[in-house]
Amino acid sequence: MLAHQIGYYSLILGFFFSILIIPVSIKNFSNKNKVINNKVFSISFFQFFFVLVSFSGLILSFVNSDFGNETVFNNSHTTKPLLYKISGTWGNHEGSLLLWLLVLTLFIFIFLIKSNSQPKKYRILTLLFQQVIIIGFFLFLLKTSNPFNYFFPVPKEGLGLNPILQDPALAIHPPILYLGYVGSSIIFSSSLAAVVEKHISNVWAKHIKFWIFVSWIFLTFGIMLGSIWAYYELGWGGFWFWDPVENVSLMPWFCLTALLHCILVLEKKSMLSSWTIILSIATFMLSMSGTFLVRSGILNSVHTFANDPERGIFILIFLFILILFSLVIFFVFHKENDQKIVKINWLSKEASILFNNWFLMYFLSVVLIGTVYPIFLEVLSSKKISVGPPFYYKLIIPFLIPFLFFMSIGPNLNWIKSEIKKIKIQIVLSFAVSLLISFVILNQIGFVGLINSILILVTFYLFFITIKDFFLKKFKNYSQIFSHFGFSLLILSILFNSILSSEKIINLKVGEEFSFREETIIFESIESIKNKNYKSIVGNFKIKDKQNNFLQLKPELRIYNQPVMITSEADIKTTLYYDKFLVMNLVKDYEYFNVRYQVKPFMIWIWISTVILVIGGFLSLFQRSYEK
Amino acid sequence: MKLSSFLLIILITFNFTNLNSEENNDKIKNKISKNIRCLICQGQSVYDSQSDFAVSIKLIIDKKLNEGLNENEIYDFLKKQYGEWISYDPEFNKKTFILWILPILLFVIGGAIILRKFIVQKL
Amino acid sequence: MKNKIILSVLVLFFTFCFIVLYKGLNNSNIYVPETKIEKTLIKFNSTDLYSENKISSDQIFVGSEYYVLNIWASWCVPCRAEHPKLIKLSENKSIKLIGLNYRDNPKNAKKFINEFGDPYFMIIKDNQGIISVDLGAIGVPETFIIDKDKKIIKRFLGSLTEKSLNEINLITK
Repeated sequence: MLAHQIGYYSLILGFFFSILIIPVSIKNFSNKNKVINNKVFSISFFQFFFVLVSFSGLILSFVNSDFGNETVFNNSHTTKPLLYKISGTWGNHEGSLLLWLLVLTLFIFIFLIKSNSQPKKYRILTLLFQQVIIIGFFLFLLKTSNPFNYFFPVPKEGLGLNPILQDPALAIHPPILYLGYVGSSIIFSSSLAAVVEKHISNVWAKHIKFWIFVSWIFLTFGIMLGSIWAYYELGWGGFWFWDPVENVSLMPWFCLTALLHCILVLEKKSMLSSWTIILSIATFMLSMSGTFLVRSGILNSVHTFANDPERGIFILIFLFILILFSLVIFFVFHKENDQKIVKINWLSKEASILFNNWFLMYFLSVVLIGTVYPIFLEVLSSKKISVGPPFYYKLIIPFLIPFLFFMSIGPNLNWIKSEIKKIKIQIVLSFAVSLLISFVILNQIGFVGLINSILILVTFYLFFITIKDFFLKKFKNYSQIFSHFGFSLLILSILFNSILSSEKIINLKVGEEFSFREETIIFESIESIKNKNYKSIVGNFKIKDKQNNFLQLKPELRIYNQPVMITSEADIKTTLYYDKFLVMNLVKDYEYFNVRYQVKPFMIWIWISTVILVIGGFLSLFQRSYEK
Repeated sequence: MKLSSFLLIILITFNFTNLNSEENNDKIKNKISKNIRCLICQGQSVYDSQSDFAVSIKLIIDKKLNEGLNENEIYDFLKKQYGEWISYDPEFNKKTFILWILPILLFVIGGAIILRKFIVQKL
Repeated sequence: MKNKIILSVLVLFFTFCFIVLYKGLNNSNIYVPETKIEKTLIKFNSTDLYSENKISSDQIFVGSEYYVLNIWASWCVPCRAEHPKLIKLSENKSIKLIGLNYRDNPKNAKKFINEFGDPYFMIIKDNQGIISVDLGAIGVPETFIIDKDKKIIKRFLGSLTEKSLNEINLITK
């Protein structure tokens, strides 16, 4: 109760400070001082501080199970483990928006502290633009989704958190993803400020690069956590479903990845300034559209969120105000000097980065159009269609081939110009090696289709080139080598995982067995276990292979009491070579279970390679020197 | 000529040694059910869903395969019953050509801009 | 000048997107297949719930002007609420009311009928749900009106209401 009150009033105080910043910083903007007034720092700090107090208040309400708070009542229950009481804070719409706000206010404060080498006017303008976003979110929160609604009489028990959300990966997935999304808001504001102040230069590029990489790291990691959650918790053995909610997180990722390559060109060659700004704006707009598409319930998705049209309309209007605002600023203030355009040689690092952007924009357009097309079609012609995995595969996979090829060659080219003759023999040699390896592998596993075969070849090429670079290159850019290596490993794992996965779906009674490939799966017994907030039925399975080795797997059915819901928990045995995945489901009115057994090769490598990719991004934060 | 027929033989043997027919049948069945959307839990494919409807659809797919229908005929049957929405693979027709063409069109335009604006033509 | 044209094109484009998304917000995101009428019934075979005799669709749909086919199951909660409506409907003598027992345990199905009464002229089993898919049904409960030429002339998704009962009686008059 106390925590609730404190939370609510701090939120209002925070809102007060967020408005107070505006006149104070405008005054500071026009005076002659070279530095930002300390007042601005302190107000920005208080803004952050009060949102933090408010957020802590909400967490405390969750921990204490204060069911007078509507958000707590709707999403918590006394029997829930402490971890999920806490993660329940952001596992719902109101709390997650408060978290957005918290990160927004934190990031702008860090930005102010960290940017003291930059011109004052540029910093203040960034702050002002960022405040527009922050105030928008404050209004949204207070008007349509207040996390601090209190009601009497106080209920004895809450409604509970959806059991499939009670998972460790999902507990930290939203905060990490938001760090990525909100990081892109800093990039957005700062690029607009830089446009107004004519500050777009290699100095600015160097400074904003930090934020681009930070957002990219969190976004990538956040997407991976979501995917891990889907794999372990949804119980279908897949890790990416091309579901709208997943696509929505992928779109800003494509844009941000393009941006972090493009910013290097701006930093080195002072080129592509307009394009950098467009990407900076687009990244944040896509993050916002994602919030709109997910929160408004306009799309039909597995990941159901509570939704409300009023909220949808608010975000939609806010989103379009921001778009129009940035369009006007861009067209009014940005003057590109046409004479200054330097042509690029096609065999250079710049050109390969342009190609990278070109392909990433294509992938982005496929995912964006695939996700929103059904909405447009329905409104314009009231016809409903579904766009799913086959569409994305057909349009993305063929284009991955040249993309991976440029990705292998690009880092080995020089800035400005490379001579064909000087292209090192090692590059050709790596190609020969990958040709050989992929031939041997294809011989082993059988023909997998023309496109897949070429894809395997080019991915191996990237794989070997990055290994070669790691050992042989003179100027080592570890960040690039790590992340490109991670990416090649990711594509390889996904490819071999999808080609070599095998599965068997069967109805089975206790005591029965079935054979699959060279293994026998025995359903030995079931037992019932009572837990704090659920009852579980555990199936004991034994898997016997050709050498008579036994492996025990125990998939589980959980019957949660609050809210009443049955979930099936897969049991997964992970090794470096494959995952063995077993899940069982209840079949109504029958004594048998529907059992799904899958052998998924290289599953763990999908996560490992994504972690390598993220480490690559992380390394760039410490990298001081660059190759020529 | 000799070489190509040799390659062809290799391809064919690879295709058939790898899978026995039962497993092959399962593979097609799973593939179809992954491309069909469940009408009860609308965010999921029939493959991923455990609803009664999804289970029935899986049985139907099995039955139709045994009757000798191929993959596309089964999609057509289900689309006739439930409308185009049920398929995750949108058809190419006058309502969906923009969906298929627009990304590729953007790709071509992007390429043209890059070539015209930035790249030096002569080697 | 060129910039102004690009700007106005972009503004127009985004306004268009805004309007479409705004309208899209009001649409339901749940898909309901269109009711296809004038579709002829596909032939099927089934078994009678009580006698366990095999029976074909040709044997079921004979000797009446109209047929009402109701898909139900003992485990389906809305079916319970719908049941009194069906009993009322069974008073209409110009139709044959046929129950299609969807993916059910026969024991439970019989218990359900004992408890709530039997409005059906005949109950046939659809153990696997295949007949329902052939009909184009998506779940329980669902009701079809079929005429003597075995054409589906009307379909009701979900529980029958008072209004739909009136409609059925009007059609089959």
